Formats: sequence, C-alpha cells, structure tokens
Amino acid sequence: MKKLKVGLFSFTSDEGCSIVLIELMNDHLSEWERNIDFRYFKLLKSKNELKNLDVAFVEGAISTFKEEKKLKEIRRKSKRLVAIGSCAVNGSPSNLRNFFSEDTKKEIKIVLDRFGHRDKVSALNEIVKVDDNVPACPMEENIFLEILNKYLKEFKVV
Amino acid sequence: MHQDFEITMDGLSKIEGHASLDVKVRKNKVERVKLKISENKRFYAQAIRGKQFESVPQLVSRICGTCSIAHLTCCTEAVEKALDIKPSEQTMLLRKLMMYGMMIRDHAMHLYLFCLPDVFGKDSVLDFDERQHELVHHAFEVKKAGNDLSKLIGGRAVHPPYAQIGQFSHLPDKDEAKKVIEELERVRADIFELVRIFYDCTFSFRKKTRFVALTTPDFSFLEGIIKTSQGLTIPEAHYWEHLQRIIIPYSQAAGFELEGRDFMVGALARMNLNRDKLHRETKRDLAKYIRMFPSENIYNNNLAQTIEIMHCIDHSIEILESTEFKNEPKAEFKIKEGKGVGVIEAPRGTLYYAISLDKDGKIDYGNLVIPTAQNQIKMENDIRNLVYQNLGKSKPFIRYEIEKLIRAFDPCMTCATHFLKVNWL
Repeated sequence: MKKLKVGLFSFTSDEGCSIVLIELMNDHLSEWERNIDFRYFKLLKSKNELKNLDVAFVEGAISTFKEEKKLKEIRRKSKRLVAIGSCAVNGSPSNLRNFFSEDTKKEIKIVLDRFGHRDKVSALNEIVKVDDNVPACPMEENIFLEILNKYLKEFKVV
Repeated sequence: MHQDFEITMDGLSKIEGHASLDVKVRKNKVERVKLKISENKRFYAQAIRGKQFESVPQLVSRICGTCSIAHLTCCTEAVEKALDIKPSEQTMLLRKLMMYGMMIRDHAMHLYLFCLPDVFGKDSVLDFDERQHELVHHAFEVKKAGNDLSKLIGGRAVHPPYAQIGQFSHLPDKDEAKKVIEELERVRADIFELVRIFYDCTFSFRKKTRFVALTTPDFSFLEGIIKTSQGLTIPEAHYWEHLQRIIIPYSQAAGFELEGRDFMVGALARMNLNRDKLHRETKRDLAKYIRMFPSENIYNNNLAQTIEIMHCIDHSIEILESTEFKNEPKAEFKIKEGKGVGVIEAPRGTLYYAISLDKDGKIDYGNLVIPTAQNQIKMENDIRNLVYQNLGKSKPFIRYEIEKLIRAFDPCMTCATHFLKVNWL
C-alpha cells in the first residue's frame, strides 16, 4: 500500500513543534502507521534517510551556514516543504539576536564566529521556497493536521 | 593487540536536540572524548535583558519545548522572590499539578519512545512488533494523560498561558478535572508493566558518582533544600556559589562542576536522595523497585523516572480529589528593585534561575543553570570510561553502547544551549 514519504527536520528552535507532533501521535498513530512512512525523524529513529521525500516538515529558524546548506538539500530532495511553527514561518522567537543592540551583538560575536553562525537568523522562506505554513508557537495542531491531510490526498495515499 | 580507532557520531538520535561525539583511541588509550552539543545558541540570557518582568517567564518557556513548564515555573519563582510575592497555597498546588503533568508526559516520551527501542533491540518505536505494540499504546495513553493534566491546569501542555506571576488566570474546570482523574487512574495500571521492564533490564554502567538534587518534602519538585550524596546541604539561593562553570571550547553549551568535581542531577539523583518522600501509595505499590535505590547504575535513571511517573499520578489524583479550587484575589505587589533565585527540579534535574530587576521592573540580568549542562562533564567522563572498559570489542558495539548510555542520562540539548556569559555577581 502506498504511503506518504515524510521527513521531520529540526533547526534552531526549542523543538516544541516536534513535541506537539509526538503528542498528536497519542490520537493519530494507528492511522499514520497505515498512511505515513517516516523516512527521517531523528527524535524517534536512528536510521534516517534524506532521499526522495514527498513532504518535508521543517521546524526552527536558520542560524548557521550548515543549517542553510542542509535546508537547501532538504528542498532539493522533497516534493513539498512545510514550515512548522513560528521559528520556521517567521523566524521568531529564535531570531532574538537579530534585534540586539550593537553592544550585545559585539558580546556574542565570538560564539557566532566560532560555530559558523550567519549574520542573521532567517525564516525558511528567506532561503528556499516554502509550500505551506503552520503558524504559532508551538505550531497550531489543527492547521498541521489539515495540511497533512491535504498532502495525503494530493499524493493519492487516501 | 594495540587498538587504534576513531568514532565520530554526528547527530545523535532519540535525544532532545542536537549533539555529536568524537572518540579517539591510540595504542589502547582513550586519547580523546568530545561530546559536542551542537544545538545552536538562541541567546535568551541576552534577550531577556531590559524586558519587563511579566513577559519574561513566557519568553524563557521557549528555551525548551518538552520542559517549557519547568522553565516557566522556575523563572516565575525567581521573579516572585525578587518582588517578595508569596503565591497562595492554591497557586502552589496548581503549580505542582502542572509540573506533574509535564513530568508524566516528558518521562513517558523518554522511556517509551527513546529507551524502550534499546531494551528491545529495535531502531524505533515505529518498528515494534505485535507483542510490543501494546506498549506503544501505553506510551501514547500515558503521555496523553500527562498532556491532559497540564492542559487542565495551564491551558496548554507546551508554553501554558494560564500560569502567571503570583497566580493562575484560570481555575481547572470541575468536569474536566474528573475526566483527568479517570484518565490518570486508567494509565496507572500501565506503569506496572513499564517498571517491570526497566527493573528486569540488565544494562549496567556503574561508577562512583556525586548526586545532587533539590529535596522537596512531598517530592513535588518545587520547594526544598539542595542536597548532595556527600551530605552537603545548600539553600536554593546559594547554589551558584558551589558551582564552577567550565568552558568547553567545542561545545555550544558550558559544563559545570560542583566543588571542583563532576556530578549528576536528574531522576536517579532524586531517587537516591529523596525517595522517602514519595507518595505513600507509590511507596506501597512499588516497594520492591524502590528498594533498588540508592544506586550508582546510570541505567537506573530509567527505573527512577518510571517510579516518578507513578508518584506524579498518585499525588495528582490526591490533590485533584481533595481540593476545592476557588477564585482568589489577585496577587498584590509593588514593583521594586531586587534579586531573586528560583530552583526547581525539572524532569532532567536541578534547574536554577537568578534574575535581577531594576526599579521599573525591567530585567537587569539573568542567569540560568540547566540540568544537561550540569551533567555534561560527567557524561563525557563516563563515555571515556565506557570506551576504555570495552576496548577490544567492535566499533559498532562501542558506538551503540555509547548512544545507549547517553540516552540513559536523558540529555536535553535544546535546554543546554541558550546562554553565553554569566552576568550574575
């Protein structure tokens, strides 16, 4: 039976949206086991594969060059990309440092340089094309379910 | 035979957040172990400066998705101490309930979803077979019960909006409370199976360890005295004076030593130092398992977490059944200059917040100490020992043993990295 090939990716954030997703499994796991093939979900699995995904759900904002590169790779390897939660959708609150005073920016510069941080923290759509957004912090679960169901239909899984 | 090898593990799985590890062995010597917390800093300590005090607990709640309630509650306590606000007895009961809901959900996630696959030799809970499937259902029922308890009290399980400085903005709905009690009673039965599994589990890693925990008179994680397994007692406000912050150049999180040595916080520490204070029904029904403590086997952290789930269920049922929640007058206070320290037990161990307010109620500076940062040096030392003990075994075997051990600590990398510089004087 056909399953939707899904990846769950986590960038700079508190991973609260991953937690919301895991909480949604309380009610939806048996249905998802039939419909969804979680190819990439580090919070739950050791063996993860980023290849030929139908939908990538991405939480977190992009803070480092490494993250930027990974996000572009996810985009290339996924037919659809969905930003989940406000960090991914508009950068906040993981982008707090964008609004720091010059003095505070100077104070944190050493860390930014050492760990390869970009000049600013960006929302996903500043870097790649985003097909859908699930807003709020943490993400609004009903909107997430709507979008997931939309793709289950679009990819003819249900 | 001399053994030379290197292990690099990028992106450890089934833990909260991002971390990687480098191990280097030369001529049967473990030359290097680097546990690199690679979660990116979000600079919350800088971000709260200059913010008005009311908004700060909800902001720091965003440090961690899974234990947001711990950050919110601990920061609230620090603000209240700075302003001399004494929350009412009812507010404290509500806080306990909200914390219990988080503990149940968070421990259940760690135990069922992250650790059980190790026990059964599976990659993921999604690969469990028919027989183990029953446990997957338990996992989601138990988590849901915790989730529903936090929702009942806080309005949401992650970043709960009802919890405020000095009070709660809403009281629990009576009918909803009844449902939650029933749910808790139902999942209580599931815990007996889980506790048996971790009791029977033969994983073992023992090392002389210094344990540290806030010991609370009713095991409620909120108010008490910090104790160490060496017999030291430390009032909450003085915890910082006993800690040394250690910069780890390759990690985005700093580590901590206590009195110049590594130490461990978390469920195992709480069980070792405070198990007498567990709920009487937990003590009655889980006596055989509680007798495993004190223990220096790191894997018993999982058993300790399971026992804590039972305690949270038992005490929550008691509070919900015996309390008539009433509307109370708003907490009154005057904005003033001051310093406050909050210490609570988060799921992964002792959490410390210190904040200082200026005369207008704006944050001058803030400092926080996260459980995973406190465990970081011990984790690294233990990994070094584990590799040494297993020299001669295959690399995949050693790799897997390392991952298992790290998971037993239940680290949270999102929590560990949010902070750059200590401003507390």
